[in-house]
Amino acid sequence: MLKSRQKRLQKFFIILLLSVAGISLVLFSLNSKLDLFYSPTEMLASELKLGSRIKLGGMVKIGSIRRVDTDIFFIVTDFESEVPVTFRGITPDLFKEDSGVVALGYYQNGSFIAEQIFAKHDENYMPPELMPVSKKNDS
Amino acid sequence: MITSFIHRFSSPKSFVEVTARFFSYVMYLGLFLLATGWIWGLAFAPEDAIQGNSYRIIFLHVPASIFAQLIYFFMAVCALMHLVWRVKLAAYLIKSSAPVGALITFIALFSGSIWGIPTWGTWWQWDARITSTLILFIMYLGIITLHSSFSNAEKADRLMSILVVVGVVNIPIIKKSVDWWSTLHQPASITISEAPSIDLSMLYPLLISISGMGLTLIALGILISKLYIITREKTKKWVQNYV
Repeated sequence: MLKSRQKRLQKFFIILLLSVAGISLVLFSLNSKLDLFYSPTEMLASELKLGSRIKLGGMVKIGSIRRVDTDIFFIVTDFESEVPVTFRGITPDLFKEDSGVVALGYYQNGSFIAEQIFAKHDENYMPPELMPVSKKNDS
Repeated sequence: MITSFIHRFSSPKSFVEVTARFFSYVMYLGLFLLATGWIWGLAFAPEDAIQGNSYRIIFLHVPASIFAQLIYFFMAVCALMHLVWRVKLAAYLIKSSAPVGALITFIALFSGSIWGIPTWGTWWQWDARITSTLILFIMYLGIITLHSSFSNAEKADRLMSILVVVGVVNIPIIKKSVDWWSTLHQPASITISEAPSIDLSMLYPLLISISGMGLTLIALGILISKLYIITREKTKKWVQNYV
C-alpha cells in the first residue's frame, strides 16, 4: 500500500472513531432519558415532581380491567411493582389484559391518571388457530 | 492486489457497461418477486391472531426499513473506497444511492405511522427506534443537500463521503435501539441468531417481499447512477461515444 493511501486510511478510521466517541458520549449522558416510558418500579423509585407528566409502561395485569361508563380502571405491572391507572376515553384495539401498554399522564395520590393510552404489541405473529388456548380466552 | 482489483472494476465506463448487461433481469425479477410477495402476503397469508388484518402492512414496512439501513451501509463502504482509494465511481454511487435511500426511509416511516394508528393508537412517538430512523432520513437529505451546495464537484464528493462516515454510527443505533431502550416499537421478529417469531405462513411471503424489494431498489439505483455518471462525465470521450 502506498504511504499516502495508508495515511488516508488512518484518517478514515480517525473520523469514524471520533464520531463513534462523540455520539456514544451523548447517548451515555442521555441514557435513561431515551427510554420512552418508566416501568412501575422505576416510577415508584424515582423522585418525580408531583403532577409532572410522564409515560408509564408495563403489562396490563390479568383480570384488572374494570369499566364504569367511559372510565376505565386497570393495573399496570412489571411483575415487581403495580400501579393502578384510571383513564377516560377510547383505548386502542390492542389494549387488553396481559398485553403491553404505555400510558401518558401523571401520578397522584397512589394512582396514575392517564390522558392517553397506547398499546404495545410484541414481535410474535401467528394465525389465530395457532394461538395458545390460554391467551385466546382473555381476548 | 486489492488496488489493482479496485482499479479494474471501478471505472465509471465499465460500471455502465457491466450493469447494462443484467439490468433488465434484475428489474424484472425484482418486480416479479415483489408482486408475488405482496399478493401472497395481502391475499393468501393468514391474518394475525392479535392484530387481525392490520399487520399486513409488514410486507411493505419491514422490507423498506431493512433497505433504509442497508443502503446507508452500502454508501458508507463506498465512502471508504472514495476517501482511501480515491475511487471516483464510489462517490458517484453515494450521490445516486442517497435519493433512493431517502425515498425508502420515508416509505418506512410513513408505513410505520399508518401501522401505528390502529395498533398502538398513535401515528408518532418520540421513541428511540422511530427517532433514530427519522435522523437517518434527515442524514440522507443532508447528504444530498451538502453535495449540491458545492460548485466544485471533487470537493463535494470528499465532504459528502466524510458526512456519510460520520452518519454511519446511526445504523447500529437504529438496529439495537429496541434492545437498548424501552420503546413503543417491538423488537425484531427475524434475527440471525434465533428462530423467527413470525409464523412460517407469514414469513415466506415476507422473505419474498424483502428480496423483491432489494432487487427492485438495485435496479432503481443502477438506473439513477447511470444517468448521474453520464451527466458527470459528459465531457469524457467514452460518454460521447456511448450516447
